[in-house]
Amino acid sequence: MAQTLYDKLWEAHLVEQREDGTALIYIDRHLLHEVTSPQAFEGLTLAGRPLWRRNANLAVPDHNVSTLKAERDGGLAALPDPISRIQLQTLDDNCDAFDVAQIHLDDLRQGIVHVIGPEQGAVLPGMTVVCGDSHTSTHGAAGALAHGIGTSEVEHVLATQCLIQKKMKNFKVEVSGQLAAGVTAKDIALAVIREIGTAGGTGYAIEFCGSAIRDLSMEGRMTLCNMAIEAGARCGLVAVDDVTLNYFKDKPLAPKGEQWQLAEMWWRTLHSDEKAVFDRSISLDGSAIAPHVTWGTSPEMVTSIDGHVPRLSDMPDETARLGLKRALEYMGLEEGMAIGDIRPDAIFIGSCTNSRIEDLRAAAAVLKGRRVSENIRKAMVVPGSGLVKAQAEAEGLDKIFIEAGMEWREPGCSMCLAMNADRLLPGERCASTSNRNFEGRQGGGGRTHLVSPAMAAAAAVAGRFVPVEKALSETAGVSS
Amino acid sequence: MRPFTRHQGLVVPMDRANIDTDLIVPKQFLKSIRRSGFGPNLFDELRYLDEGVPDADNSHRPLNPDFPLNFPRYQGASILLARENFGCGSSREHAAWAMEDFGFRSVIAPSFADIFRSNAFKNGILPIELAASQVQTLFQKVQEEEGFSLDINLEDCTVRLPAGEIWSFEVDAFRRDCLLQGLDDIGLTLESATAISAFEEQHQARFPWLFEDIRL
Ligand code: SF4
Repeated sequence: MAQTLYDKLWEAHLVEQREDGTALIYIDRHLLHEVTSPQAFEGLTLAGRPLWRRNANLAVPDHNVSTLKAERDGGLAALPDPISRIQLQTLDDNCDAFDVAQIHLDDLRQGIVHVIGPEQGAVLPGMTVVCGDSHTSTHGAAGALAHGIGTSEVEHVLATQCLIQKKMKNFKVEVSGQLAAGVTAKDIALAVIREIGTAGGTGYAIEFCGSAIRDLSMEGRMTLCNMAIEAGARCGLVAVDDVTLNYFKDKPLAPKGEQWQLAEMWWRTLHSDEKAVFDRSISLDGSAIAPHVTWGTSPEMVTSIDGHVPRLSDMPDETARLGLKRALEYMGLEEGMAIGDIRPDAIFIGSCTNSRIEDLRAAAAVLKGRRVSENIRKAMVVPGSGLVKAQAEAEGLDKIFIEAGMEWREPGCSMCLAMNADRLLPGERCASTSNRNFEGRQGGGGRTHLVSPAMAAAAAVAGRFVPVEKALSETAGVSS
Repeated sequence: MRPFTRHQGLVVPMDRANIDTDLIVPKQFLKSIRRSGFGPNLFDELRYLDEGVPDADNSHRPLNPDFPLNFPRYQGASILLARENFGCGSSREHAAWAMEDFGFRSVIAPSFADIFRSNAFKNGILPIELAASQVQTLFQKVQEEEGFSLDINLEDCTVRLPAGEIWSFEVDAFRRDCLLQGLDDIGLTLESATAISAFEEQHQARFPWLFEDIRL
């Protein structure tokens, strides 16, 4: 029978199908970080349970780390926040006690778990990948079955190498045509969420396909699958093709020689069969997608750069009206106002959605020879990993950012979730390349507008949301 | 896990859709390495007028009088009523821990986000999906009748309204069993240890590169 990509991955990892509809699914790779793992290790210790397979696990600190070089240089013991220090120390202690491989905070390869996974080849096509973090969906870009889990499930995977799952339904999102210049994977993601809503993908695995998806780089596909969870889908998927194979070819943990050939044979089958049946399908015209900006407190509160904030009278019912009213109040916006009239006072370029080298290049291309607008009080670039940072520095991107007036930080989650000191003040409005614009996400009372890296850079130089070309022409000749 | 068979409790309404886990428990409390003690910081940003900090005494903080959880009439509530897509966003199980610690035993909404639903079940909290129209009726009744409570019976999967009306709901058979008996998932899965080992052996033969040393 014709199978979808998801069906194939599911079948290859099915240990046991049970009568009650649940199944035991084998997990190939388990990524861990400091925030959602301590209670899982504690559970194992209390129950006296060993790890099922040590070698399946890789840990990295990222959520709660400082992104200031001065603070990082002194090592763990010198970190200023004692509660964070305990959490990071606990990860170290647990990894030592359970013999789990860890990329330490002072390692050049440290970074956001979803950036370092593929970068190290710790995530590969055809794998099942889990992590106690909802943006594990990122790894579906590799043609891997990847999704976020809670801490009880982290413990479950550590102890059994399996998860109890119900098979999800298949959802095909086809994006045809070619993206216009300046339109990115982030805009596709936001356009899809705009179309199906933040719960549209609940219960589904979303496979992204079509020419606009095939044309995306691996990094673009990661950005897209990363945001699948914002559409409610625990996992996003993209079929394996040459782009995938070329990306993984020389990664440190990728198979070599004969093993690579063996792997390639299996990976080449990782696409949906032509006659595969999906439970739900939608298609979008990629050439019609414009750059997107969120205006509210949920990723579905989004429109294109030339759009407007909706009006209360446009809402279908009372709950929706209440929701809009609350969002507008929180965001400090007027109903019906043009997106182009919104003026951010902070810029954040980073997060597992958009902190890879191509993201930094896209932002730097706009910022080169320009200055961050005077109304911007805070602007930072936080590379996704130490390797991304090193590459950016080798290309001179750090200088472009610094000369433009932005801070160049050490890798970590940073202001994506604001667990550390990087956060918005109440009322501050941020053009952010992250993935969630929830109330308080970037700091209590902070206001988030989700955009692509190029759009964040355009907002930085123009001081308001504008298309990239406009930012470039308005600020032309500022310097060379 | 505390078993859930039958529960009668006071209902508190939170009339909004897309209540995300950042709202349920804000990030600063995720620095804790414990599983308990999150209750006082449940809905922290909505519940208090000042900013919450981890490891602080919350008993003297100024309460937001406009937030239902703080209304005198809802004190002691153990059933939360909300709108669509409850629990969306971050996978943090701290959200379920906070709800459990606060004293919630069930959440009723028209729909739930997948990860939260799973986390709730694992912590003895029953997520009940009802039709949007039924949820709407409940919102009205909670508003009108002070002390409005529901009687939830997981054995026959029903919710009983005070006037005697009985609504049934659906719940995953496996999750229901675990909840009824307060079973530990890991123990259950380990009963299949032989099957897992056998699968693993065959998996390794087929995909040997997956079993290479991961130390970098
Ligand atoms: S960057 Fe943000 S979304 Fe990504 S893993 Fe870190 S906190 Fe989560």
